[in-house]
Amino acid sequence: MLSRRIIPCLDVRDGRVVKGMRFRDHVDMGNIEELALRYRDAGADELVFYDITASPEGRSVARDWVERVARLIDIPFCVAGGIRSVEDARAVLRAGADKISINTPALERPALVSELADALGVQCVVVGIDSVRDDDGQWRVRSHTGNANAMRAPGRRTLDWLVEAQRLGAGEIVLNCMGSDGVRGGYDLEQLQAVRPLCAVPLVASGGAGAMAHFADAFIEADVDAALAAGVFHSGAIAIPQLKQYLRGQAIEVRP
Amino acid sequence: MTDVAVIDAGGANFGSVCYALERHGARPRIVRDADGLADAPRVLLPGVGAAGPAMTLLRERGFAEVLPALRKPLLGICLGMQLLFDSSEEGDVACLGLLPGRVRKLVGGPALRVPHIGWNTLEQVAASPLAEGIGSGEHAYFVHGYAAPVTGDCVAACTHGQRFAAVVARGRIAGAQFHPERSSVSGARLLRNFLQWKPS
Repeated sequence: MLSRRIIPCLDVRDGRVVKGMRFRDHVDMGNIEELALRYRDAGADELVFYDITASPEGRSVARDWVERVARLIDIPFCVAGGIRSVEDARAVLRAGADKISINTPALERPALVSELADALGVQCVVVGIDSVRDDDGQWRVRSHTGNANAMRAPGRRTLDWLVEAQRLGAGEIVLNCMGSDGVRGGYDLEQLQAVRPLCAVPLVASGGAGAMAHFADAFIEADVDAALAAGVFHSGAIAIPQLKQYLRGQAIEVRP
Repeated sequence: MTDVAVIDAGGANFGSVCYALERHGARPRIVRDADGLADAPRVLLPGVGAAGPAMTLLRERGFAEVLPALRKPLLGICLGMQLLFDSSEEGDVACLGLLPGRVRKLVGGPALRVPHIGWNTLEQVAASPLAEGIGSGEHAYFVHGYAAPVTGDCVAACTHGQRFAAVVARGRIAGAQFHPERSSVSGARLLRNFLQWKPS
């Protein structure tokens, strides 16, 4: 039976893993390879590395650390940040990443999703969606979210973009609910439940994990395929082996 | 240390396969045309991408002609395994024809997402030195939208809505639908088994 996946997300800056508000008060969390191995050993099912300075600096992902991680670990990992073309994506995959994730560049030029899917296969094309509930009650996407000062609201409804991204060739969707992100009050179940029936490809919940029960809620109530989190794992508030044991106790299929 | 010829079939991710081979003490060598296969004792056909373009490339570079006549252990991974079969529904193309059967699209459903992405359990179907130490219930990492049928060549199966071949072996031809390079313990086992495999 297919397991539900637990995915730690690691923000990378200048070749180091950092945490904190993006672009403010970064705390150095350590060496990329060390953390990748630590999470692998703890039972992470997959890792996401987000090159947080690539996009704002107008460059693609630094490939040297992608290669170092790929040499080291034997679980899949996805790389995000600054991928704007098939060539960018190909270079990251050649360095050893298993998937690439695109967000702002896909909103700016949706055809990019199709180009990537045609050239590399849908299975390695992840579309990340940053979503906010606006005052009128509609969920809409945000772009350029890597930098609070540069963030934009293109006006697109989250549900519309989700459907279009799949039509274009997204093989997986990461829905980052910005309203719950960093607050640790739980995943945005209402939004995930609204998205789920429209998402035929695997859906990854992101934003809001603060307790083990939040993961169970996302799997049981919103039927997501994977749950992504950063802070709770980095701080040690939740240890992955205990989390998996807990989820197993809730009759949720997870990999030992 | 054993050399492994890793065929460049246009997929972009053979980096991770090569690193995994290195972790197991093998020496991978990327080959771009059939001549490169001559002095390698083992051959690996990785593949991420679509069956059509991959087959076109294999034909252009002479692999489609040479691989069936080769007398060396050959392991196809993911799309590389699918290409070993007669044909694929993906792009409706003829494949290498080393294993009988047609690769078909996985059928999705309300609680059944396609592509099939993630860790799923293996089910042992037949004994094979290739799958030694990989028992039923072990997890492997899958990423695919098409799958090969369970035939007499199936060593291990997996189920995602339907049952499909996860590991196949016939003579010197072997394949894994999952990604051994990203499947932790079970993947390491399969790669080590392949590196020591002496098909009769």
